[in-house]
Amino acid sequence: MAILEIKNLHAKIEDNEILKGLTLTVNPGEMHAIMGPNGSGKSTLAAVLAGREEFEVTEGEVLYNGRDLLDMAPDERAREGVFLAFQYPVELPGVSMMNFLKEAVNATREHRGEAPLGAMDFIKMARERAALVNLDPSLKQRSVNEGFSGGEKKRNEIFQMAMLEPRLGILDETDSGLDIDALRVVADGVNHMRSDDRAFVVITHYQRLLNYIVPDVVHVLVDGKIVKSGGKELALVLEEKGYDWIKEHADEPVTV
Amino acid sequence: MSYVDETAFLQEVADSDYKYGFVTNFEAETAPKGLSEDTVRFISAKKEEPEWMLEWRLKAYRHWLTLQDKYPRWAHIEYPDIDFQDISYYSAPSKKPKYDSLDEVDPELLDTFERLGISLVEQKMLAGVAVDAVVDSVSVATTFKEELAKEGIIFCSFGEAVQNHPELVQKYMGSVVPYTDNFYASLNSAVFSDGSFCYIPKGVRCPMELSTYFRINAAGTGQFERTLIIADEGSYVSYLEGCTAPRRDENQLHAAVVEIIAHKAAEVKYSTIQNWYPGDREGKGGVFNFVTKRGICDGDHAKISWTQLETGSSITWKYPSVILKGDYSVGEFYSVAFTKGRQQADTGTKMIHLGKNTTSTIISKGISAGHSNNSYRGLVKINKSAANARNFSQCDSLLLGDKCGAHTFPYLEIKHPTAHVEHEATTSKVGEDQIFYCNQRGIGEEQAIKLIVNGFCKEILAVLPMEFAVEARKLLDIELEGSVG
Repeated sequence: MAILEIKNLHAKIEDNEILKGLTLTVNPGEMHAIMGPNGSGKSTLAAVLAGREEFEVTEGEVLYNGRDLLDMAPDERAREGVFLAFQYPVELPGVSMMNFLKEAVNATREHRGEAPLGAMDFIKMARERAALVNLDPSLKQRSVNEGFSGGEKKRNEIFQMAMLEPRLGILDETDSGLDIDALRVVADGVNHMRSDDRAFVVITHYQRLLNYIVPDVVHVLVDGKIVKSGGKELALVLEEKGYDWIKEHADEPVTV
Repeated sequence: MSYVDETAFLQEVADSDYKYGFVTNFEAETAPKGLSEDTVRFISAKKEEPEWMLEWRLKAYRHWLTLQDKYPRWAHIEYPDIDFQDISYYSAPSKKPKYDSLDEVDPELLDTFERLGISLVEQKMLAGVAVDAVVDSVSVATTFKEELAKEGIIFCSFGEAVQNHPELVQKYMGSVVPYTDNFYASLNSAVFSDGSFCYIPKGVRCPMELSTYFRINAAGTGQFERTLIIADEGSYVSYLEGCTAPRRDENQLHAAVVEIIAHKAAEVKYSTIQNWYPGDREGKGGVFNFVTKRGICDGDHAKISWTQLETGSSITWKYPSVILKGDYSVGEFYSVAFTKGRQQADTGTKMIHLGKNTTSTIISKGISAGHSNNSYRGLVKINKSAANARNFSQCDSLLLGDKCGAHTFPYLEIKHPTAHVEHEATTSKVGEDQIFYCNQRGIGEEQAIKLIVNGFCKEILAVLPMEFAVEARKLLDIELEGSVG
């Protein structure tokens, strides 16, 4: 069964329709990249999947492991294994990173009928997973995202994903604002998590990230719809020829 | 405190009702309602007080009579006039008013403490906290007295201090909060029934935290306790105060006075968890909490630190203050005030700088939910004599919902050009973004709000003594349950 099946999805915010019939299927083990120009609806797709209330779904359906995703509350989606790495991670002043994560990890474990993780096991796990993304151990002691640099915030998102072990990881422009070294670290973290029963949707504006996280499928999103899908080489064509070219040649097969 | 412990408290589930709202049925001896010179004499006689104590009370009572047109109305709170003739001013558990050991205490009373989570027996064994417990008006048991006596520390009920240490009581009582200070301080001075007394001798560092629990039990009674703490030169003491009351439909009056004297290079840390019954959701019942707390840094390098968590009472009116008289003395005020339902809090501090190079810090965190109103009111006064005085004030307000109010009333009186005064204030709402971020990590809304509120109060909870911080977090969590949405 597909992990994620999006069928003819329409969504609007206030009176602006942003997604206009988006269809996408993601199978276990797959890495999907969604590329598109500014304003094409990439981040809206991430927000709708995570359950942000400002967006209203007007048509279509989303199945997650065969279940109606749109029917679940945002925290239930998370406990069911949907993880969103935020483009702009939110600061929680005074809330310690470790306290926050322990709350999150144990909420998910409880949902799965597992016992809460003991203190020592939790610390050990956090230490290992933080090392995956070169997260400075002192960051774990600080408040959630407070005073983190842009790069630290993004690495912290991947660290949280590693702790929560989702079935579906959605990365919303995780590469934006990262220098090349940080980009590599983030990509390594994601690659480390790839497995046969887990899938990813990586949303990005630039091809650059896909040098490090190699996708199985690349989709081009323009004006709320996927206009073209292809292998990893599609990203290179886009980089070379630009989104305008794609709009004009959406129906032609991809050649490099 | 480590995050592991923090998480453990956060996971504790408790019901959202006021869980201290039980009534204990032990026999009580209660004075008839009403206030007159006879009432004052009755209280003094009950307590077998010396003549000087009665005279002081009567002076206070006569002064209070002159204040009837000066009923304080300036605070940002609303309440009906209090009928001072409709209150009983004395109630004592009648079975054996004094105890030599815990074994003699009414078992039902001990059970009350068990339910409050402050088992004296248990604490005696485990926690190393000396407790003076005041139920209604009389101090029923003071633990650890012998061990403290070895250090020369006096920790007893106020009544005992009047009997056994009259020279100290006469010297210091009213020296920081005179009986003429304000309406409620005068009333307290006339009718106070008991309280705690503490003296730490020169150079002694009190080896354990001293603790007082106040509880109003009998119906229709007011509680008027008085606390006097004297820290002699170079001494140190950390003092904890907790308060609860049963659930009752009528309002109960609590008007306490706390005086602290810190001599040269002495340090007093005073922490309060105030959880008087706040009334029901519609504002029926609850404790009117009108309290005067003040300390004086009487010598150079003295330090007084007030920390409070205010979650209870239908009305809180209280401004724990420090007079910085000695040079280089330090005053601190750390406060979390949480209001919900129809609660009203008007609380803050006064830092009066008299000495040179004196420093004060004020950090106030107000959290408002429901239809409540939460005000910070603070005075920083730098006198002509106070060269190089410094103050830092930070007042943050957090709103949960859109029907509550947060207000800040800072007063600054600066009379010396070298003063350095900073004031920061913020008001924020718990953001949708913050809650969504927590949700996306699998954390439900109520738990998310608890995390965010605990984070908001972190600086204050961090300065509470360990076991008090545990209780404070639990209490905040309980208060937050069902207070949102």
